[in-house]
Amino acid sequence: MKTNDLIIQTTTKVVFFIIFLFSIHIFFAGHYTPGGGFVGGLVMSSAIVLLMLAFDLKTVRDMLPFNYTVITAIGLLISLLTAAGSIYFNVPFFTHVYDYFNLPLLGETSIHTAMFFDTGVYLVVVGVTMNIIQMIGGDE
Amino acid sequence: MSLIFAIFLPILVAIVIPFLFKKISSIHTGWFVLIVPVVLVGHYVTYISAIMDGTTYIDKFEWIPSLDISVVSYIDGLSLLFSLLITGIGALVVLYSVFYLDKDREKLGNFYVYLLLFMSAMLGVVQSDHLISLYFFWELTSISSFLLIGYWYTKDRSRFGALKSMMITVFGGLMMLGGFVLLGIMGETFSIRELIEQAPTLVGQEFFILALVLVLIGAFTKSAQFPFYIWLPDAMEAPTPVSAYLHSATMVKAGLYLVARFTPIFALSEVWVWLVTGVGLLTLLWGSFFAVKQTDLKAILAFSTVSQLGLIMSLLGIGSISYHVTGDLVTIFTFASFAAIFHLMNHATFKGSLFMIAGIVDHETGTRDIRKLGGLMSLMPISFTIAMIGSFSMAGIPLFNGFLSKEMFLDATLSLQHFNVHSLESWWMLFPIVAWIASVFTFVYSLYFVLHTFRGKYKPDLLPKKAHEAPIGMLISPAVLAVLVIIIFFVPNYFGNTFIKPAVAAIQPLAYKVPADVGFHIKAWHGFDSIALYMTLGVFLIGFLLYKSIAKWTPIYGMLPARMSLNGFYDWLMNLSDKGANRLSSSYMTGSIRSYLIYMFAAVIALLAFTMWTKDAFVINLTNLAPIQFFEILISVVLIISTITILVTKSRLTAIISLGAVGYTVALFYIIFKAPDLALTQLVIETVSVALFLGAFYHLPKMDKYEKGKEDRLFRLNNFLIALGVGVMVSLIAIASHSQKLVKSISEYYKETVYSEAGGGNIVNVILVDYRGFDTLFEISVLTIASLGIIGMITVRLAKKKGDRKVENK
Amino acid sequence: MEILMSILIGFLFMAAVYLILSRSLLRIIIGTGLLSHGTHLLLLTMGGLGGESAPVLADGITDYVDPLPQALILTAIVISFGVTAFSLVLAYRAYKVVGTDNMDLMKGNEDND
Repeated sequence: MKTNDLIIQTTTKVVFFIIFLFSIHIFFAGHYTPGGGFVGGLVMSSAIVLLMLAFDLKTVRDMLPFNYTVITAIGLLISLLTAAGSIYFNVPFFTHVYDYFNLPLLGETSIHTAMFFDTGVYLVVVGVTMNIIQMIGGDE
Repeated sequence: MSLIFAIFLPILVAIVIPFLFKKISSIHTGWFVLIVPVVLVGHYVTYISAIMDGTTYIDKFEWIPSLDISVVSYIDGLSLLFSLLITGIGALVVLYSVFYLDKDREKLGNFYVYLLLFMSAMLGVVQSDHLISLYFFWELTSISSFLLIGYWYTKDRSRFGALKSMMITVFGGLMMLGGFVLLGIMGETFSIRELIEQAPTLVGQEFFILALVLVLIGAFTKSAQFPFYIWLPDAMEAPTPVSAYLHSATMVKAGLYLVARFTPIFALSEVWVWLVTGVGLLTLLWGSFFAVKQTDLKAILAFSTVSQLGLIMSLLGIGSISYHVTGDLVTIFTFASFAAIFHLMNHATFKGSLFMIAGIVDHETGTRDIRKLGGLMSLMPISFTIAMIGSFSMAGIPLFNGFLSKEMFLDATLSLQHFNVHSLESWWMLFPIVAWIASVFTFVYSLYFVLHTFRGKYKPDLLPKKAHEAPIGMLISPAVLAVLVIIIFFVPNYFGNTFIKPAVAAIQPLAYKVPADVGFHIKAWHGFDSIALYMTLGVFLIGFLLYKSIAKWTPIYGMLPARMSLNGFYDWLMNLSDKGANRLSSSYMTGSIRSYLIYMFAAVIALLAFTMWTKDAFVINLTNLAPIQFFEILISVVLIISTITILVTKSRLTAIISLGAVGYTVALFYIIFKAPDLALTQLVIETVSVALFLGAFYHLPKMDKYEKGKEDRLFRLNNFLIALGVGVMVSLIAIASHSQKLVKSISEYYKETVYSEAGGGNIVNVILVDYRGFDTLFEISVLTIASLGIIGMITVRLAKKKGDRKVENK
Repeated sequence: MEILMSILIGFLFMAAVYLILSRSLLRIIIGTGLLSHGTHLLLLTMGGLGGESAPVLADGITDYVDPLPQALILTAIVISFGVTAFSLVLAYRAYKVVGTDNMDLMKGNEDND
């Protein structure tokens, strides 16, 4: 099915990046203000869904040639390793640590191992959602 | 080697047996297995001298300490004798099986695993001092027996026999468990030794007789006593080494062991005396009478085993009379216990060898049908000699150990005349008479067994194989047993002092403190004034006449109606329960998910309503409510309207969009109730979900309302009532749970520590990734699994369509 | 408000159960969706609807709403999305293979279990 919707396609190209940035923002903000891995991942997925609505599935697949199963697996692995990493330091499974650092450009930032865990969640949510939608949409 | 370890050694070895069978195919697996019983015999032999002095050993392993259940291995005279029988006969049987079972054709891995499992279980039964672990091992013997009988599982008869033995012995085992639990409650201990000490106080208790009967049912089913014996003849479908081992020498004696072991507890009740003696004698008569009718060699031996077990059982019963008499009479009756243990040992020797001979005949001629056999004496001279020794011993002929114990048995039944209660003086005679008749039949079938097989005319055309003598290895085990039969006759007192006296001391702790106190002396000749002597002579005379005229009187067996038999009853009962269970389950297992959902919802309603009613759980507390605002009412109305739209619409699109509307209003509720994370998530997910539904739209069926017709009015009413019930229940729970806070929420802890401990500000997110991170980890795993499932459902079919990959689709 | 919410939740459950018990596959899936909405609101209501502020730390505020139900619901929302997607695919695959979406016709019996 080939659509020729110039307005929506052009708008989508811009909006996609705005939503994408927003998703990154709420993901990072999640520890202190509403947001987090789940919401961030879902917002990201909805941005891609928007792309799919504007263009068609195949075009989007060419634009973003990710294997979402692999993304899911990577996310799961990151989460698991973050959780299991604490065992290496001889503290119970799932112990998180955090500290404050002075990073260039960003100023004082807290780095929290929970964030790595949340990164995993983010990736899993994106991977799973996109996988499902792509599968259902691509099923003829 | 600790005693507990010794019990479990066979099971531990069993673990490696399948690998040995797989990897080393050139050597018969039996040779490896043989090491186990040989080692164990060597181990138990070292205890003999100490046990003879009256020492006992104990070893304890805490199994479930919180319930005070432990595996306690207790070695005294009785358990040592049984342990030696189990391992000794076990070694001979394994040796025999090496030649009996072909290593290339049989699944030896399975066979020896079962056999070793049985060996452990049986050692556990006879050594356990704790009732619960005794029960555990007891059932393990039933299970291993089931597996061994069904070893040739492709044969219908094997499966039938295995199931039958399992049904009956497990039924008995469960009864016995009931008895054990009652005993444990009455005595406040599960230790047999402690129960024995408490025996005098137990007798008067309310459930004592019930416990006694239940334990006896367990013993009777296992030891194939009337009327439970019917499983034993069918168990003969097992390979012959198994029959020789489990179904004559060891497992069926577990019931006898149980009776012997519990004698000090239960013998104080007269019910015990009469039940054990009576059932034993009845079984003796019944088994010996029907043994003559059988045509299968192993069936003859099976009925003979039933009858001999009855004999030992009745002796144990008579022996327990000693608890009811005083003075000199005590020894008269403890003599019966002595005879019981003696005959138990003798029976293991001669019956074991006879079973092995039956197996040899089967192996070398291809049939066990006694009508086809005959004249094998010259072809199989060694087998014939062994069979003759065994049979003559069974018949009670001098020069063989059976004669000694059979005489003692007759003596014991005669001693009942000294027990003057319940005006027994007039009919005590009944017992020796029954014993005598049974002995006559025993004599008849013993001769029938050996002479019809080995004497008479050789009928080569009826035999599937050409008969010849068995290989020497196969003859070793029965020959060893046959030699024992003769040795025991000549030096009975050596065996009496070594094995039997310690065992009797364990059965009769009141009469004897140490084994040396048991003052009996076994002798073959009692002088001419012995009544037993004349009874024995009578047995020989009448028995021989009956044997000679066997063809003339056997037709009386045909007069008994087959339908009324115990086997018929068993079949009828099994059939009935089979059909009944089928009918019952098919009445509610409709195969429709709707029915199951209705059960679930109905159960939810009923259980919740019942709990609320009985516990007064419904509380309504109208204070502390949040105020209602105008737009909350507005959102509620939107929610209700969208829901109703879903219910009444016939269009798929309307339904999906309405569902989305419900989702968005729920998101609005989250905003009102100050849950920004939820609102955000709900909004996005609702969007994605609608996209999902629309993506799947193309594939979805039209939303037909199958229940729109008039005839479905009842269907709809039904659904509506259940739905209403669930809805009302949930409302009530929501109100009740809000109105009362029974425990303090952990949320306060989260609120206090979220910044100091977890370094975050958004409590909800910190709970997700930190406090309850494990939940989240599982959640994303579940999501991954769901997506993989979806991929599977869609792509597997695509592959099939393309035909480039074969997919099993059942 | 809590009483009103309780009644609303009861209504959602009722509708959901009614849909789940129907014979049409699609209605069953929509029913499970409604059921999860009802459950989420139930969790929220059981935790109490009072409280001054959202459970995000801010200076000078001590009266937060209960964060625990919210965390539970957040998990549940995402899971129920996964479940809905799964059952949706299961439903239409079953429809394609069996050729009907009538639950009464789809039930297994002695011939094809």
